[in-house]
Amino acid sequence: MDLLRSQTSQKILIFGLFSGAFILFTGAVGMIAAFHEREVVDRFISLGQLLLLMAPFVTAYYVSRQLSDFDEGKAPLLISGVIIGLMTALPSIILLLFNADEYRFLLDICLRVIPFVAASLVAWRMHRAGAETQTALGIWLMIAFLVGIVTFSFALIFEIKGDLRTVLVNIDRDWVEVVTFDNRNDLMRGIGTLGLVSMAAGLAGSLLYLMPAVPRRALVYGLSVTVLVGAFGETVRLVLQENLDRDTLREIFRRDTLRQNAALALFVISTAAGFLWAMYGSQARARFGDMKTSQRRTVNIIGLVLFVIFMLMLPWLIGRTLSDVAVTIGIFVLMGLGLNIAIGLAGLLDLGYLTNYAVGAYILAVLTSIGPLGLFKGTFTFWMVIPLALLAAMFAGFIFAVPVLRMRGDYLAIATLGFGEIIGKLAISDWLKPLIGGAQGVQAIPKPIFLGAELKNPEQLYYIVLVASLVTLFVSIRLNNSRTGRQWMAIREDEDVATAMGIDTARAKLLAFTLSAATGGVAGAIFAAKVGTVFPNSFTVFISINVLSLIIVGGIASNPGIVVGAIVLIGMPELLREFSDFRFLMYGALLILMMIKRPQGLIPSKIVTHEIRTGVKPALAAAE
Amino acid sequence: MFKWKTDEFSWVDFTIDILRILIVLGVVVGAWNTLSSGRISFAQWVNLFAAGLSQGSIYALIALGYTLVYGILLMINFAHGEVFMAGAFSTVFLAEALNRTGFLNEQPLLAILLMIMFAGLVSMTVAILLERVAYRPLRGSPRLVPLITAIGASFFLQYTFRGLYGSGFKAYPQVRILQGAISIGDINIPVVQVFVFGSALVLMLGLYWLVERTRVGKAMRAVSENKEVARLMGIDIDWVIMFTFGVGGFLAGSAGVINGMFRPQGVNFFMGFIPGIKAFTAAVLGGIGNIPGAMLGGLFLGVIEAIGPNLVLAGLGIPGANQLKDVIAFTMLVLVLIFRPQGILGERLSEQKA
Repeated sequence: MDLLRSQTSQKILIFGLFSGAFILFTGAVGMIAAFHEREVVDRFISLGQLLLLMAPFVTAYYVSRQLSDFDEGKAPLLISGVIIGLMTALPSIILLLFNADEYRFLLDICLRVIPFVAASLVAWRMHRAGAETQTALGIWLMIAFLVGIVTFSFALIFEIKGDLRTVLVNIDRDWVEVVTFDNRNDLMRGIGTLGLVSMAAGLAGSLLYLMPAVPRRALVYGLSVTVLVGAFGETVRLVLQENLDRDTLREIFRRDTLRQNAALALFVISTAAGFLWAMYGSQARARFGDMKTSQRRTVNIIGLVLFVIFMLMLPWLIGRTLSDVAVTIGIFVLMGLGLNIAIGLAGLLDLGYLTNYAVGAYILAVLTSIGPLGLFKGTFTFWMVIPLALLAAMFAGFIFAVPVLRMRGDYLAIATLGFGEIIGKLAISDWLKPLIGGAQGVQAIPKPIFLGAELKNPEQLYYIVLVASLVTLFVSIRLNNSRTGRQWMAIREDEDVATAMGIDTARAKLLAFTLSAATGGVAGAIFAAKVGTVFPNSFTVFISINVLSLIIVGGIASNPGIVVGAIVLIGMPELLREFSDFRFLMYGALLILMMIKRPQGLIPSKIVTHEIRTGVKPALAAAE
Repeated sequence: MFKWKTDEFSWVDFTIDILRILIVLGVVVGAWNTLSSGRISFAQWVNLFAAGLSQGSIYALIALGYTLVYGILLMINFAHGEVFMAGAFSTVFLAEALNRTGFLNEQPLLAILLMIMFAGLVSMTVAILLERVAYRPLRGSPRLVPLITAIGASFFLQYTFRGLYGSGFKAYPQVRILQGAISIGDINIPVVQVFVFGSALVLMLGLYWLVERTRVGKAMRAVSENKEVARLMGIDIDWVIMFTFGVGGFLAGSAGVINGMFRPQGVNFFMGFIPGIKAFTAAVLGGIGNIPGAMLGGLFLGVIEAIGPNLVLAGLGIPGANQLKDVIAFTMLVLVLIFRPQGILGERLSEQKA
């Protein structure tokens, strides 16, 4: 039993604590309670409970995989799964106790003891590391004093406020209810349930690892399909609604949640499909690999044609609500592709992208509005203004690019961020109120008219976004391989060398800013036409951060990556309302995580991957 | 003033020069109009100046965090504004508790000291965690990588605290001894402004002592000079970097409390973002990486922000000039980055760093 070897058990404990901290954190910021609102399977499990189970499950699986390197047999792995489950539940159990009136004294005791324990730990370690007694004593005093101030303050706050809940607003009844699995009135039973369920989930994670590869893959596939369909039940229902009759639909869903039988059937079917794929998938792939080039091309073309037909049919397949989401996603795809020219190709971290978006939106608003602020009251139509919005955004991009041409890297980022903030403040100011309406914005923007028909529904606006995105995609693919694109990449890799190679860097950078601004303008104009009003509140730094996040998550300088990034980052919060409160929390976490673990993004571009593998400076190395 | 290159004409320089002339013209005309119209009396100017000075000393305290970190790691800790928010937001609860017991008004100095210590320690913890979790794994990677991480961390922290404490505004309680004003002739300077300036000054002097007179400070200076050599001298680099983040965090947290006493509109989770960018402006203004520079830059920015809208914008006939305070600050940011990226006091910053 090498499990008791200190390194191994330390690893288990640390990972267990991580997953426990994760559960505690998600609970404290209110995610668990919010996700509990959405049931994955009717009257069986909610998304919040699933989150509680997923943490020990995934951690145990991961740790088992790491521990299996030590080759210790099955029993230690299973034990480690149970321990991880326990560690995951522990922090939340402690918080539950602190939160209950009967056990409040535990919190008071802890707050009094912590300074001494912390100080003693540090002093002891210093002493063992060879510090003199006098120094260790001094350190002890200092740490006890500092930590004492914090814990004393906390004790004071909780004593006077009387409750954890008045400070941590999300440690409320809802949270307690989810975490105790509906045993709010009997705390001990709730704590026991939490511990047992968590340990079971940890054990299941370890067991999953011990399974042979084929059934394991099938099971993972089946589980994830079921969970995804369940979580996005509302969306799936909306899609099915367009294509199924009501009675069948009622068999599958109870309001927006999957019924238990349906979930079971879905699980069985998808597991079977996963099983088949795990058995024969590699053969199919091998056969595709053996094909001649011409044959392979035929398959690819068929795939492409099917995809195009699918994209054209999409609004009919998914209905109005989801078409609306698709339009929003499309607007962000447009912006993502545009900003990618600056960030991905030329390596210019532009944080003021909302400028172009705002310019496009306001140009369209002011020129076409039939309200009091419209300059021409309907003389200009949507189609006439779109090119103007594009040009205006390009002009804005040009103007704002000139002063920053000499800046590099992080200074450029902050300067463009400053521009974005200036635009936001100007849009809301009294100064420009006569022109663009101040805080009230511009109203009464007519919908675009195409061949005499008003495109007022998202199903119809979808096609505008689709065409614009396809054009942008085409342009950016062509730019990728053009002379200019190569110049940008050279600047991205090393500006000084690029200059030495005879590239006019000022011109190339200016071009990058200007072109990247263009799609922002179009996106803004489409947004304005879609919503019908333009408020300055729509143009905050969050737009820029949204676009930046989807580029980073999808894959820098990778066009398919950006599309996927937009679908995941923009689509998900729109479809799962529970997510939308936490979208920036998750964007932030994703940005950090991606930068540390996978800087090339989910669907990396070939060049960036190659650069990272071969140790050449990756795309983000610009500005060194 | 014009930089004509001898061999070729650079149109970028040309445009920037035109920009420079336009700005100088705008400032001169605006100031002339305002001053000649005499709408604002001398006493009012002094009041604006004092208010700007105390706002500026808060910027200065935050700016020190940027400068300390930049001096050592050459990275912009974009999430530093959120470190400031963490301290300020957490301490509201302590302030309320102290107020309810009456301690805040009986022993105001002791209570405020406790609040400053608490906020400082909370912010310090956040800053150290930030360094440990988000920045340390990325040390030595290309410069845009930690910047993007920092942007992520900034939003992560904002929404974490929104989740923890809720999204509403919470106001600091009023302290009785900080009410009222000191009158000299017809100039009235609120006591709270004096308090803000004074306590910021004490903290800054403390930092100066720490950096210039202690062993740790010497280690910090050594690491910022040259990491490798410092390592060879037996300095634990990781520890010094952590300590630097901690000190910056402490200053930001205490700035949070001082800011809370000063501004009655209260604190919320988004309060750190704008002051963060402004403090960065202040740090650049004074020469980033330069400690006295950050103090000076902060005060300078505060004063410009207070006087600028009334002096220049109102003079140019722009209505609602005070709404455009932030615009003045961000314009300063862009202008400094364009015209003098090395800052007022900075000469350390050469091409390679800018």
